[in-house]
Formats: sequence, C-alpha cells, structure tokens
Amino acid sequence: MAQKKMAIIASKGTLDMAYPPFILASTAAALGYEVQVFFTFYGLQLLRKDLSDVKISPLANPAMPMPIDMPVMVQMLPGMESMATMLMKDKLKKKGVASLEELRDLCLEAEVKFIACQMTVDLFDFDKSDFIDDIEFGGAATFMGFAGDTDVCLFV
Amino acid sequence: MNFDKEFDASGMSCPLPILRARKALMDMAAGQVLKLTSTDKGSVKDMQAFADQTGNTLLASKEENNAFIFYLQKA
Repeated sequence: MAQKKMAIIASKGTLDMAYPPFILASTAAALGYEVQVFFTFYGLQLLRKDLSDVKISPLANPAMPMPIDMPVMVQMLPGMESMATMLMKDKLKKKGVASLEELRDLCLEAEVKFIACQMTVDLFDFDKSDFIDDIEFGGAATFMGFAGDTDVCLFV
Repeated sequence: MNFDKEFDASGMSCPLPILRARKALMDMAAGQVLKLTSTDKGSVKDMQAFADQTGNTLLASKEENNAFIFYLQKA
C-alpha cells in the first residue's frame, strides 16, 4: 500500500487556531502519513523559536467560554488579551493538552515537513533567524507540488 | 494479559496517547505487546482507529478505575 499523504495550510497565528494544524499533522504522521504543513501569513508566527507571542483574544470571539461573563467594552481594556491567554494556557495545561511547543517538537520528531511562505517572510520583513531550524522556505508552487498528490488537504 | 512494555498516558489529552503509543511501539519488535493506560475518553475510539490504520492489532481493551487500558500488538 502506498504511503498516504496529507497537506495542511496554516494561515492563522492565534493560540486556538495554532492547535489544529499541529494536532492533525502529528497524529497523521503517527498513523504513517507523509505530512507537509505550509505556513503562510499569520501562520508563520507558529514557526518562531519563541511562541510566547501566540495569544488568544476574547474580542470578536463570542464562542470563547469565559470564566465570567465579560462585556465587550471590558474585553477591550489593556491587558485583557494577555489575561485571556494566561487563563487559556492554564486550562490547557490542567486538562493535559500538550503545549504548542511540545506538539511542534512531536511533529518534527515524526518528520513532518514545515514550509514557510517566502512571500510572507518578505512582506512582513521577518528575520529568518527568528524561526526554528529544520524548516524550508517556498511558495505556492512548492506547496502545490506536494498538495496535488495528497489524500487529505486542509486549509486552517 | 502478558505484555512486553507498559506506558501510562494518564492525564494526557488527544492526541498525546496516540503519539505516545506510536513512540512506544517504535522501539518494540514485531509481535510484542504494549500495555497503554489512558484517561482520555476519546482514546477508546482513537486507539481502535490507530490500530486499524497502522496495521497494529488492538488485542484487548478494558475500563478500570476510570482509566482505559489497551493491549496493542506490534505488526
């Protein structure tokens, strides 16, 4: 049986949206898939060595469960984003959910290939030395070269 | 049931029990049995799906003291 393949585009850089690509990539790799993840736009933040800037905001996110009901006007106050992020990370840890760093390491360990969008790197003047090693840089055609031949292809 | 290796994934959430199962099986020889304990409710279906897709055999599974115990035989 030919090895199955999965391609994911990770385009979001918030704490909640960082989980699906890493969870699915690591799990698929564990199931024997060859996996590539293409990080573009805000998704590039997930390839930084330091992930402490990856946050979650309750603003414009009415589905996010909050410990106390909080009016939007209060959610706008300085420090609320950091507080929401702290509470979320605390909850993830308490429930035994892996940290982003841990899941990312598990992906790399399982030979998931990470590709950073070169255009986005140039667009935002990102410093390549801020990113983890073991990644490649490429464009849409690079992604399609792999994605065109996959069994599962997702946009996150 | 006899087993060759044991891993306790208690307290870990999806997808860690699956990733740990894979990692533990990697160091084992074909035919050997891994006993894995998990408290993740989702792992009941996930471990079967893992076995189905990887060719390893889920010999048995049971619930004991709010934990799920799986016996996986390496293909």
